[in-house]
Amino acid sequence: MRPAIDVINVSKVYRRYARRRQFATLKSALLDGSLLGDLKPDETFQALRNVSFSVPKGCTYGVIGSNGSGKSTLLKCVAGITRPTEGEVKVDGRISALIELGAGFHPEISGRENIFINGIMLGLSKKEVQRRFDEIVEFAEMQDFIDAPVKTYSSGMYMRLGFAVAIHVDPEVLLVDEVLAVGDQGFTHKCLDKFSDFRRRNKSILLVTHSLDLVEKFCDEAHWLDKGVSKGEGDPKKVVAAYIMNVEDSEEHSLAKAEAARLAASASEVPQAPPPDVDGEKAPENPVDDAETTRDGFKATEGRWGTREIEITQVSISGPDGESGHVFQSGDDITVHMTMTAKEPITDFVFGLGLFNADGVCIYGTNTNLEEFQPSEIVGECSVMFEMDHLDLVEGTYRLDLAAHKADGYPYDYHRLLYTFRIKSRVRDVGIYRPAHRWTFGGGITIKGGTT
Amino acid sequence: MFSSLAKLGRYRALILTLVVRDLKARYRGSVLGFFWSFFNPALLLFIYTFVFTKVLPSSHPASMEPFALFMFCGILPWTWFSASLLESSNTLIAGGNLIKKVLFPAEVLPIVTVLANMVHFFLGLPILAAFVLYYQRPIDPLELLWLPVIVLVQLILSTGLALFLSALTVHFRDLKDLLGNLLTLWFFATPIIYSVEMAPPDMQWWLNINPMTHLMRSYQEVLFFDGPFGHQRWLLGLGVGSVAVFLAGYFVFDRLRDSFAEEV
Repeated sequence: MRPAIDVINVSKVYRRYARRRQFATLKSALLDGSLLGDLKPDETFQALRNVSFSVPKGCTYGVIGSNGSGKSTLLKCVAGITRPTEGEVKVDGRISALIELGAGFHPEISGRENIFINGIMLGLSKKEVQRRFDEIVEFAEMQDFIDAPVKTYSSGMYMRLGFAVAIHVDPEVLLVDEVLAVGDQGFTHKCLDKFSDFRRRNKSILLVTHSLDLVEKFCDEAHWLDKGVSKGEGDPKKVVAAYIMNVEDSEEHSLAKAEAARLAASASEVPQAPPPDVDGEKAPENPVDDAETTRDGFKATEGRWGTREIEITQVSISGPDGESGHVFQSGDDITVHMTMTAKEPITDFVFGLGLFNADGVCIYGTNTNLEEFQPSEIVGECSVMFEMDHLDLVEGTYRLDLAAHKADGYPYDYHRLLYTFRIKSRVRDVGIYRPAHRWTFGGGITIKGGTT
Repeated sequence: MFSSLAKLGRYRALILTLVVRDLKARYRGSVLGFFWSFFNPALLLFIYTFVFTKVLPSSHPASMEPFALFMFCGILPWTWFSASLLESSNTLIAGGNLIKKVLFPAEVLPIVTVLANMVHFFLGLPILAAFVLYYQRPIDPLELLWLPVIVLVQLILSTGLALFLSALTVHFRDLKDLLGNLLTLWFFATPIIYSVEMAPPDMQWWLNINPMTHLMRSYQEVLFFDGPFGHQRWLLGLGVGSVAVFLAGYFVFDRLRDSFAEEV
């Protein structure tokens, strides 16, 4: 059987007319006699590089990848909106592309007329639209507003109507580009039901999405694109796992870079007195929080101060494998490792640690004084490890305060919010703290699945 | 090129729907709605009548009375022509969403623009007819048979130019500003508010190479001047030329088609 979609060695090169963008006038083009020259590209950008795959009939095929990886370009090539620079795309049967919903709606005229026009644009005849009209209106939940001009619709109504028309074109091949983000939960479920219905009727879906969940649950096969290059294909679970690994690696990389930059910035600062409101206790709701929100959403300002009589020279955060990193899974055992130096022997010292989430809320704070360690002496090169078993945080970005200070709060070396790590989680639960938990169901409940 | 030209026939329903949509949307929200298509040319004709009988009675020879009617014969089709070109130069950019996001035959857009303006032209014709009857101009019914031919030639010519301009404007946005001025110049270079005979003799050659001269002259001969229609040869020659313009316009459009989705 012929595949529904056959993509053979497709490459797409976008041209950029850099020079003409600056002048962009016919007059100058004519005056320079460079009309033809200007129509040649100055710069090219390769959006797709030798991508090949085929989607058998009845298959739901997911394409994932980070922003700018060429997913949408691929979809446009399959839809025939743009032509691949090299290679070939073969599609068997009528295509409907859910790339932008309601793209052809005219704001001044009524929803009813727009359904007809949109349907005809998508390749139906007037009679076919007539036959499906009631179904479309019902699907879009628009019975009461169908005769109002489209300009009076809310964006949700607009999208729903667009989706309803596009899906009722009854294509052999459906191309979907991240459109399930529209509408409320109920509508999203309805869309997914419609997709399942499609599948049962042996029709194919090419789905471009950032929702990895959807790909895992819904797709028969998945394809991972990275910067226009095919990075993997096959079983959705495996492809998604490979993709997540890669994203973690690159996040790791960018967090490490940001951290290096922050440390460099704070190291160059002259050691200063602490802000008056900071004492030994971590108090996240203190006035520091009113300071302007920093670029990455952390409300408290970061910084480093102290006399450096004890100096924290190196900090690393490591996961269960002992490798230092910045991205961990929820529930991992995580160790914070500090290296410090005391030039002179010091007898009054406390080590402290505070853990903050992106809202600046202190999730946990402790120090050796609170936990009743009795300091006697620190001298020379030392190391301090703070080990947390099962750090059950919800997904998000977290920052650490680390400090060495006297019992009365006098700071030796105070690192405020200088260390960042990210927690990934398969479960999209919310909040600050994830208690160890389990669900138990009894009586007349039938329920399947679950992540825990 | 010819394969996509052949496909054009398949888009009939789409083109028809879009023309109707254009017409419906244009007057949506106005009190008089569709009647504006009648009132606009009627008001224009009243203004010209006033100006050329009361303000400038000696601007034209006496044989050209009623001069307002003469002008109207040219202005009505000219409005179709110039509005088609002006609007179509913008139509691909305005319809960018369709071209970028939907599998949509782009040539439909300029064609719809030309056709929608043609419908406006048709709606102006009853007003023209009413004034022809009012002034009791002698109209030869046989001459009127030429009118569809003239309209067809203008349709082909306008569509060819519209395709060409709409495709080029995607790459050169300032074309639509340039075009506005160019059309004003073209208006005065065409015998619309003057007749070919009123132009100085050394201008005749220039008038003859202007395709719009022959179109306008044809309208004027059929609708205004007495005597038999004597412009067939020019008109048919222009018809052949228009087909060539259409094919050339379509060729350029087809060549640039792939760039639309990226450049719009």
